[in-house]
Amino acid sequence: MSLLVPLPVLLPLLGAGISLVLSQRPHLQRWLSLVVLVANAVIAAVLLVEADQSGPQVMWMGQWPETVGIVLVADRLAALMVLVSSLVTLAVLGYSIGQGMVEDEESAPLSVYHPTFLVLVAGVANAFLAGDLFNLFVSFEMLLFASYVLLTLGGTGPRIRAGTIYVLVALLSSMLFLISLASTYAATGTLTLAHLAERVADLPPHVSLMLQLLLLTTFAIKAAIFPLSFWLPDSYPTAPAPVTAVFAGLLTKVGIYAILRMQMVVFPHSPLTDLLLWVALLTLVIGILGAIAQSDIKRMLSFTLVSHIGYLVLGVAVAGEAGASATMFYVVHHITVQTALFLVIGLVERRAGSTSLVRIGGLARIAPVLGVLFFIPAMNLAGIPPFSGFIGKVGLLQAAQAEGTWLAWTLVVAGVVTSLLTLYAVAKTWAVAFWRTPQEAHEALEEIEALGADPLPGFDTKPRNEHRGHVHTAGGVVTAETLEESRRLADDDDPERDFYELIEAGEDTRTLPPSMLVPAAGLVVMSVVLTLVAGPLFAFTDRAAEDLVARTPYLSAVLTGETP
Amino acid sequence: MTDVNLTLVLTSAGLIGCGVYLLLERSLSRVLVGLLMMGNGVSLAFLVAGGPGGAAPITVEGVDEPMSDPLPQAMVLTAIVIMLATTSFVLAMAYRSWQLTGHDDVQDDVEDAMIRRMAATDATSEAFSAASDDPDEVEESSDFAEGELVDGRGDEPGGGQDLGADVAAEHEREETRP
Repeated sequence: MSLLVPLPVLLPLLGAGISLVLSQRPHLQRWLSLVVLVANAVIAAVLLVEADQSGPQVMWMGQWPETVGIVLVADRLAALMVLVSSLVTLAVLGYSIGQGMVEDEESAPLSVYHPTFLVLVAGVANAFLAGDLFNLFVSFEMLLFASYVLLTLGGTGPRIRAGTIYVLVALLSSMLFLISLASTYAATGTLTLAHLAERVADLPPHVSLMLQLLLLTTFAIKAAIFPLSFWLPDSYPTAPAPVTAVFAGLLTKVGIYAILRMQMVVFPHSPLTDLLLWVALLTLVIGILGAIAQSDIKRMLSFTLVSHIGYLVLGVAVAGEAGASATMFYVVHHITVQTALFLVIGLVERRAGSTSLVRIGGLARIAPVLGVLFFIPAMNLAGIPPFSGFIGKVGLLQAAQAEGTWLAWTLVVAGVVTSLLTLYAVAKTWAVAFWRTPQEAHEALEEIEALGADPLPGFDTKPRNEHRGHVHTAGGVVTAETLEESRRLADDDDPERDFYELIEAGEDTRTLPPSMLVPAAGLVVMSVVLTLVAGPLFAFTDRAAEDLVARTPYLSAVLTGETP
Repeated sequence: MTDVNLTLVLTSAGLIGCGVYLLLERSLSRVLVGLLMMGNGVSLAFLVAGGPGGAAPITVEGVDEPMSDPLPQAMVLTAIVIMLATTSFVLAMAYRSWQLTGHDDVQDDVEDAMIRRMAATDATSEAFSAASDDPDEVEESSDFAEGELVDGRGDEPGGGQDLGADVAAEHEREETRP
């Protein structure tokens, strides 16, 4: 059955090639992508069962002797990640086909979307299956390249601006990755993870610490861990909704997976627990504080993404079986929920014409289905029982509490506070975008506009009463950008109009095509199903964590000592 | 690994150092040159990692001289191919940026620009509340000279004067989506 292992990588790559040939036949391209991703999901499911029942599936490519060739390993952890990622990418593909994004954007190079998406899928699968560091590097490059293209799709001004930062940060981290690979090879003479695991133990502690720090920094940039997270909220929101969704769901998790794998397999007795705990604390708190300050839903979600990476780092830091198991569960939950939320916000943007909280309102009445689709994953993200977010967070906090140090306890508190603040952020979004009527939204907007009109006593001119990004007015404090946006919208001569004005003018003709609703709803259902199967899933991740901590199943499966 | 080729190490370090320096430039094409230099430095680092050089790694029966390690060389080749692809992509992006804006500078982050402006006007407002109307003093107490702010953006009239309108213009440009 180990012949199946390379298929999740090979199939999408082959598909990408054929899709490129079919670039004049968009209809065939869509079918091809669908068939490939469905096949991928089936293969991943079979791999998962195999890995669970008969141990890690290993394949040395091209029958090269062990430790020289390229090895792909599907143990429980890798197989689980491949399965989740293929399900999520399938939903996103369905959504983007439904959106007809290929027709929507006339300036975009239409034919490029499907092949690039398939390369992205192959890169993600390869990263999960890679058994050596260099192959991991190659898969990072695969998925990054696909992401460069997807992020700058159409080459419009904002996307090029966001893309520049994204590409440069990614390239810098690739360079750092190469430097750490060269150092690792110089120190140990191998890059195969299993082989490294045996040799790193013999290194002087300061050398192995340096290698570990180099690799951690590299992966931390990919995973957007504070203070290396600055690029994420800036670049993700500008991309088309399905692209943002798949990036948010998968790309950062690949970084987390790499960190987890390195920490568990190669550096099992890491002296860096405290450092990781501090980093987790900062990521959690600073990320969520950023989310609260946003007035655009996409940016708000990008910041919660950064913040919730902190939970995963917490799980990796406390290590041990409980920590690893809870991390895996939380990764699965977070991939599903975050992708679902971004897809739903894509629908909001389509229905209301904007994701800015200043402009929209009343969606719960106008599009009740959308309300339900937003509400469930939003509550799930915040960790309201009985959803899987709650179960995952409890698992992580229990693992941290078992650690027992004061820092771990601080993290337990920070975790709860972050969960609460996430609830605040999504509840604010819910109240503003869905709950209030469009008329209230419009009145609030005019009120804000009126506030800006009379300056505070003592501040006679307009720029004077602006202070640290906020405008102090007689009636209260609002952010400068909110004020500006409301000024533009309230101005009757300005062609820009808010949602209420559109409805009043009878120009609210946007609809939600079922072909977009169904994939988004599918992901929301999947996130709810995670709650229903939480017992078996947690049992599975417990077994996977046992393997990871024991290390022997992985090591003995990869290094059999046989030469072909 | 006992004997290391010091020339290779120093050249590699020099290339990476220059690369990092160029990476701090604002023009995308210079940043790209910096990345290429870093890439070459890293390739040299791989050669160092491969240990002392030897004969070509081809096994010939009867010949038993030490071979150089082929694995890092294979990795360097892969890295070079990836760098080539990267170069072409970044060049295309720089060209597109030049088409759109007339230059290929890495643009300011909207919020960074806003915070810089706020920092500048903040100092002004403090000076204002201290009942001092002397503009020179305001200039001095500001962390960022207003001229510098105008400079960083080039095309914006008025610099830090009409702050609200600037931020709005900035956002308007950001939010023009297809």
